[in-house]
Amino acid sequence: MEAFKEHVGFVVPLDRINVDTDQIIPKQFLKRIERTGFGEFLFNDWRYLENGDPNPEFVLNHPRYAGASILIAGVNFGCGSSREHAPWALQQYGFKAILAPSFADIFRNNCYKNGILPIALPADVITSLSQAAQNTEGYQLMIDLEAQSVICSDGTAYTFDIGDFEKYCLLNGLDEIGWTLQYEADIAAYENR
Amino acid sequence: MKTQTMYEKIWEAHLVRASADEVPILYIDTHLVHEVTSPQAFEGLRLNNRKVRRPDLTFATMDHNVPTTDRSLPITDLIAAKQMETLSQNCAEFDIPLYDIDSPEQGIVHVIGPELGITQPGTTIVCGDSHTSTHGALGALAFGIGTSEIEHVLATQCLLQQKSETFEIRIDGTLPYGVTAKDIILAIIGHIGIDGGNGAVVEYTGSAIRALSIEERMTVCNMSIEAGARAGMIAPDDATYQYIAGKRFAPKGEDFDAAVERWKQLPTDEGATYDRTLQLNAADIAPQVTWGTNPGMVTDVTGRIPDPTDMATADEKTATEHALEYMDLQPGTPITDIPVDRVFIGSCTNSRISDLRAAAEVAKGRKVAESVSAMVVPGSQAVKRQAEAEGLDEIFRAAGFEWREAGCSMCLGMNPDTLMPGQRCASTSNRNFEGRQGKGGRTHLVSPQMAAATAVTGHFVDIRNFQ
Repeated sequence: MEAFKEHVGFVVPLDRINVDTDQIIPKQFLKRIERTGFGEFLFNDWRYLENGDPNPEFVLNHPRYAGASILIAGVNFGCGSSREHAPWALQQYGFKAILAPSFADIFRNNCYKNGILPIALPADVITSLSQAAQNTEGYQLMIDLEAQSVICSDGTAYTFDIGDFEKYCLLNGLDEIGWTLQYEADIAAYENR
Repeated sequence: MKTQTMYEKIWEAHLVRASADEVPILYIDTHLVHEVTSPQAFEGLRLNNRKVRRPDLTFATMDHNVPTTDRSLPITDLIAAKQMETLSQNCAEFDIPLYDIDSPEQGIVHVIGPELGITQPGTTIVCGDSHTSTHGALGALAFGIGTSEIEHVLATQCLLQQKSETFEIRIDGTLPYGVTAKDIILAIIGHIGIDGGNGAVVEYTGSAIRALSIEERMTVCNMSIEAGARAGMIAPDDATYQYIAGKRFAPKGEDFDAAVERWKQLPTDEGATYDRTLQLNAADIAPQVTWGTNPGMVTDVTGRIPDPTDMATADEKTATEHALEYMDLQPGTPITDIPVDRVFIGSCTNSRISDLRAAAEVAKGRKVAESVSAMVVPGSQAVKRQAEAEGLDEIFRAAGFEWREAGCSMCLGMNPDTLMPGQRCASTSNRNFEGRQGKGGRTHLVSPQMAAATAVTGHFVDIRNFQ
């Protein structure tokens, strides 16, 4: 897994609550047997019109947000299915971090396994960051995982919570299976008891 | 004396390693695998030269992609066919038992697990599918995982897991006539919202839950994830033991008796406390119909489409406006005035034999409305055989329902069973997200009885008054 230490990127606000994984990557794209090729289908049904052209009304298609790597969204982002294709699609589109007041459990777990940082911040902070991104073209944020901090260009910083192990995995790009396998003796002992 | 909830007992009994400054390592007793979320996990094993640690604790089937039409015909969706072929190859390579599309045991993974006796009380069960919570109905700790975690379990038979909070949802009282397990869980989700269970494992308790059959308990636990809960569970009791007895993978003879003695230790201790609690009265629950684009957007069948301006927050107002626009519904419309184009009876929520019996009882001697196209998709080949032995297929066919082969089908429309844009569907499945059953399709979640009655009348109907 790619490590995550620090990231500076453009921000795009997706003004929706309860964004489900069916919207992040619709089911018709889950038939691939590879781990790649999902980015172009991210938010497919919102992002493209019937004829396949980009939907000009969808926020990711606004030229001012091209190249964004930090997504801001409403509560309970990633609810629904366990499909890891959702974080794959977000990551392959170019997102490194998602900021929201809350995340669905399985989705958040899946993000950590793919080097995407899901950051939960209070709803009023999310609202103000989202408004700043809408009001300021080229709005950027800096994310410092070591310091557990989201830093605005004016220096305002918001700290966020993350589990020690998740943080360690992201900072080091850890192979979690390798981590567990170092305790093979414990697993065998459990199986034999 | 230390008192514990059932979740805490199962959790503790499966800890391989738990020291204060490390993430716990949890042992997994049963790993269920299907074609859609597993290919990248097997590929990961190969790339890292790793093996499947316990193929004997791993079971695979094909359900998400399979066509539900004549199985003797070739599969027309070549990408889906390749995904199924990949699962066959992976199971052969890693020596994993597979109930493939031609197997008499094939079916939705959450239907065949309990059916084959693979699902047992007190065990940990995972699958790359969020509806794995279904298996909690038998007193197991069962939850959905992503593909990276599938690879982790394949390689280690363990997961790195943080403990969840505990959440008791207690339903006492007697369910009124026409109100089902599906209505219980939809009412719960309506009450706590689709993120009301985030971070928690729910245990359903109370006399109304105790009175449910095992299959009905599966319907309740199945949709725990729709409230955001990682897992749902119900303490095992005599009904559970009777359900399991004699099933293929169930313990036999003295082993079964010994297992029952162990299972009897599982229920939550008297005096144990939960992190959160909620109580509802079964008598207050009416048949439920969803009107929006997530399962929390639900109301009584006697209700009306809500007005966005009545919503408590600006976010909810916007979300309701989006939902009504997508669903093409006007505020104030009575639910029973809404006509449907399609009816789908199936999915891991409601495709077991008792669901089909309940739907058939409504359909018997009646005809599907001319404006409606309706289908019944059994959850497994075994359910299909049982239904046919009871003549349910004849009842459905005579009424004008299509009778299909087993699979996930139009619950998520990965196979050819999908809604056309703009079509409205009464569905016994679990998710009414935008595009879930087909791009532009509009889904209303209901019980099997309500779905069958809706097929007959052509619009939603209160099953309690259905003549």
